[in-house]
Amino acid sequence: MTVNFSTKGGMPFQTMILTLQSYWADHGCLILQPHDMEMGAGTFHPATTLRALGPDSWKAAYVQPCRRPTDGRYGENPNRLQHYYQFQVILKPSPADMQALYLGSLEAIGIDSKLHDIRFVEDDWESPTLGAWGLGWEIWCDGMEVSQYTYFQQVGGIECKPVSGELTYGLERLAMFVQGVDSIYELDFNGNGVTYGDVFLENEREQSAYNFEHATTEKLFQDFSQAQAECTKLLEAELPLPAYEQCIKSSHTFNLLDARGVISVTERQAYIGRVRDLAKGCCEAWVKKSAELAAGTNAVRSKEGEA
Amino acid sequence: MADLLIELFSEEIPARMQAKASGDLKRMITASLTDAGLTFEVAAAFATPRRLALSVTGVPTSTPDISEERRGPSTRAPEKALEGFMRGAGVTRDQLEEREEKKGTFFYAKIEKPGRAATEVIAEAVEAAVRNFPWPKSQRWGAGALKWVRPLHSIICVFGGNIVKFEIEGVQAGNYTQGHRFMAPEPFTVSDFGDYKAKLLDHNVILDPARRATLIADTAQTLASAAGLELVADRGLLEEVAGLVEWPVPMIGKFDPDFLAVPEEVLILTMKKDQKYFVTRDPATGKLANKFIFAANIEPTDDGTAITQGNQRVLAARLADAKFFWEQDLKGKLDDNLGALKDIVFHKDLGMVSDRVERMKKLSRYLAGFIDGCDADQAERAAELAKADLVSGMVNEFASLQGTMGRYYALAQGEAQAVADAARDHYAPAGPNDACPSAPVSVAVALAEKLDTLVGFFGIDQKPTGSKDPFALRRSALGIIRLITENNVRLELQAVLAAALLGYLDQGNVLIRAKIDEKMHGTADDLEVALGVAIGVHRGAELLSFFGDRLKVQQRDKGVRHDLIDAVFAKGDDDLVRILDRVAALSAALETDDGVNLLAGYKRAANILRIEEKKDGKAYDQSVDMALLTLAEEKSLHIALKDAKAEAEAALTDEDFEKAMAALSTLRVPIDAFFEAVIVNADEADIRANRLALLSEIRSAVNTVADFGLIEG
Repeated sequence: MTVNFSTKGGMPFQTMILTLQSYWADHGCLILQPHDMEMGAGTFHPATTLRALGPDSWKAAYVQPCRRPTDGRYGENPNRLQHYYQFQVILKPSPADMQALYLGSLEAIGIDSKLHDIRFVEDDWESPTLGAWGLGWEIWCDGMEVSQYTYFQQVGGIECKPVSGELTYGLERLAMFVQGVDSIYELDFNGNGVTYGDVFLENEREQSAYNFEHATTEKLFQDFSQAQAECTKLLEAELPLPAYEQCIKSSHTFNLLDARGVISVTERQAYIGRVRDLAKGCCEAWVKKSAELAAGTNAVRSKEGEA
Repeated sequence: MADLLIELFSEEIPARMQAKASGDLKRMITASLTDAGLTFEVAAAFATPRRLALSVTGVPTSTPDISEERRGPSTRAPEKALEGFMRGAGVTRDQLEEREEKKGTFFYAKIEKPGRAATEVIAEAVEAAVRNFPWPKSQRWGAGALKWVRPLHSIICVFGGNIVKFEIEGVQAGNYTQGHRFMAPEPFTVSDFGDYKAKLLDHNVILDPARRATLIADTAQTLASAAGLELVADRGLLEEVAGLVEWPVPMIGKFDPDFLAVPEEVLILTMKKDQKYFVTRDPATGKLANKFIFAANIEPTDDGTAITQGNQRVLAARLADAKFFWEQDLKGKLDDNLGALKDIVFHKDLGMVSDRVERMKKLSRYLAGFIDGCDADQAERAAELAKADLVSGMVNEFASLQGTMGRYYALAQGEAQAVADAARDHYAPAGPNDACPSAPVSVAVALAEKLDTLVGFFGIDQKPTGSKDPFALRRSALGIIRLITENNVRLELQAVLAAALLGYLDQGNVLIRAKIDEKMHGTADDLEVALGVAIGVHRGAELLSFFGDRLKVQQRDKGVRHDLIDAVFAKGDDDLVRILDRVAALSAALETDDGVNLLAGYKRAANILRIEEKKDGKAYDQSVDMALLTLAEEKSLHIALKDAKAEAEAALTDEDFEKAMAALSTLRVPIDAFFEAVIVNADEADIRANRLALLSEIRSAVNTVADFGLIEG
């Protein structure tokens, strides 16, 4: 693979993604694509949330665009975006050499661990909307947080057995570090003259305006209720996968309502609780269904054995 | 004798947990050794981000042999009894001994229990410690069931140079470990603690956290001095940083001096809390300097430029964010924020923060009347603005800057200094050692804030129970006590609590209203009494006794006896300043001979009275009949009591408690003389009754200052 480096010396943004993908593919991960829905973090992807549950082994890596409406700054803050990319890795069960594997991935994108100060700093993870928690660290590179590293203990209120190890790389942050630039918009995207700003600056301006000013709140409230109702209906029909998508939708709609400033502090908790109930329902249904499917497969196998 | 070395090697242990964890390891292992009968000379425990280590010297290689003799049945006992005895003692017939005693001949068994190998005890001790370690939070990993703070990778367990073999959930005990993650990652073996420590050092790990801390502090000092700056010492931060590194390499970085326009509390918070940096000051001006010191965990292959530049870039981005909030907030006024407080819930049954602000305004104005030099308008204005910074951009981002930012924004919009200071200080004191406000306006608003909290939560029955105090009501009460007593604020606590409660009633709080109606059965004509009953501010009731308990805890730390506070509190006074004055006078008097004897005389009188009153089923509180006083000692006591009581009462009116105690102390001589010469239980019923009445006079005279019955000793 030819790698084009920017004039500042670091790896271009898209090369970094390609490198991480090929690194984790070499280490046995399925390379998946983003889930085609708006979500606040790569953890929401069914390949993480749902696959972290149940007894089966699972290794996957993917890029997930994340939307955090309240973080929008109309493209004026060099460090904050309402839309950005996470690179997500899930390893289940978490391997004994997971820290070394992670450090190897940093090496692969050009971070010299003998030149820089890499640290594992306590950061326990909890997602109230997913009913999930785990222990781990944020990874510091010369004082900058470049990744989150978590050992999942619970998802959807269900114990994770075995435990999954989750890595989340903030791609823009990491690229800023690797390229040594001070603004996201100055990031070298392709090693050939295109910057991150060329691709996304106008998007940040317009989406910030939408999130903060133009999103129709009555419609959002309706969307929330509809997603909630749809999710409940689908759970009754024992269809956890489409049900979970409605849960993702309700979560993002809540985030948009929050950005519009129309959810009071009291209501906030109630909304988070409603999303959590949906997530729990989906996780429970998924565990039940995958166990049934596995039992079914085994039943077929043993019949074949008999014959 | 041999030496023991244990290391538990894991992924990164949170800095804040390391010190306690190494102590726990030492405690658990040495307790197991001691319980098994193994002594030791010295035990020392250490922690780094990746390991807990324990060295125990001078441990015997086995537990002592135990020799025990057991008496069995008589030789004439049935065979069955003998069999049972031999089974229980684990011996055979030929090992028994027969001994003649007075009551006949008996079997004796001698049981020899050889000592256990220390290695067995050690293996069990380590396994028990690992499985039951008291981490504040622990986790599973992979497909295993073991829990540790983070995945546990290897265990060193070496005793007398040899590996103690055991396995915990697939982790084998051995004699190898690793050094610094990046500088010297290759594994190595060790033979004992000295070897372990030395090899770690060769592999870029300083085992002892105290040594790492000293190294960081010294180098930081040198770097600051070389830059002509003063290092701001910070013990807590130093310990935390020492827990984040195995090989500390302090470096100095700088930021754009333009950021110094932002309040220094913001800059310090960002550097210290978020980035774990030490800050520096210009020694000439005392102002924050634009240089910071941090400890890297590596000696990099360059001269540190890459790491320093990286840290500078991160800090610049964070400070830019802070500067943005500062400038945005300054564009508006605090008053503009008041509307937004209507959207923040204080508590679902106690209204929004805006409601709280309205109550605090009234209460602060009311309290201003009790505080010397407090301008009521300023107190009300300060209360109005006190919570306005909660919705500012800066406090939204850095919650711990609440109050601090309020002061800056108040000054920026031209409020009086006293008003601005109160906006900052009204949360104080946050604990027994926190600075207590003394500026009059600050005292008023700080009191109002805490009274409003305390009365509100008691009013809706959200009282602290046991170790649970989710609304920090004990801290509020302590804050009130400190604000009142340290500033000599003279007020009646019950009246002030009632005023605070009225604030809720004026706002139509239905829960609290219902509670009053229920308790008073709708017949409350005296509102203050009704309020008192409702939240129990009356004497002996919950909120006031809650204050009494807090006062005792707070004063105990100052060496004041709790029984003296009880004795004074029982008099029903609710002026905390006066209560403590009284306690002080009482305490001083009880240190003198007269005081001790007065107390003894009082107890004697009270005891006799209690017994006789119980026996006769009536109180002897009638007036003393002069005509029935026969002995000189009786007469002089009666006169002395009359004089002393009058004098004590007069002194109490003047709040001269020393004088009151002095008056009572004169009673010592006549009381002693009385008991020496007079038999209380005289044969003549009328004389006996009169003498008991005299004892009753002693009791009531002495009790004018405090309830002496509650004093111990």
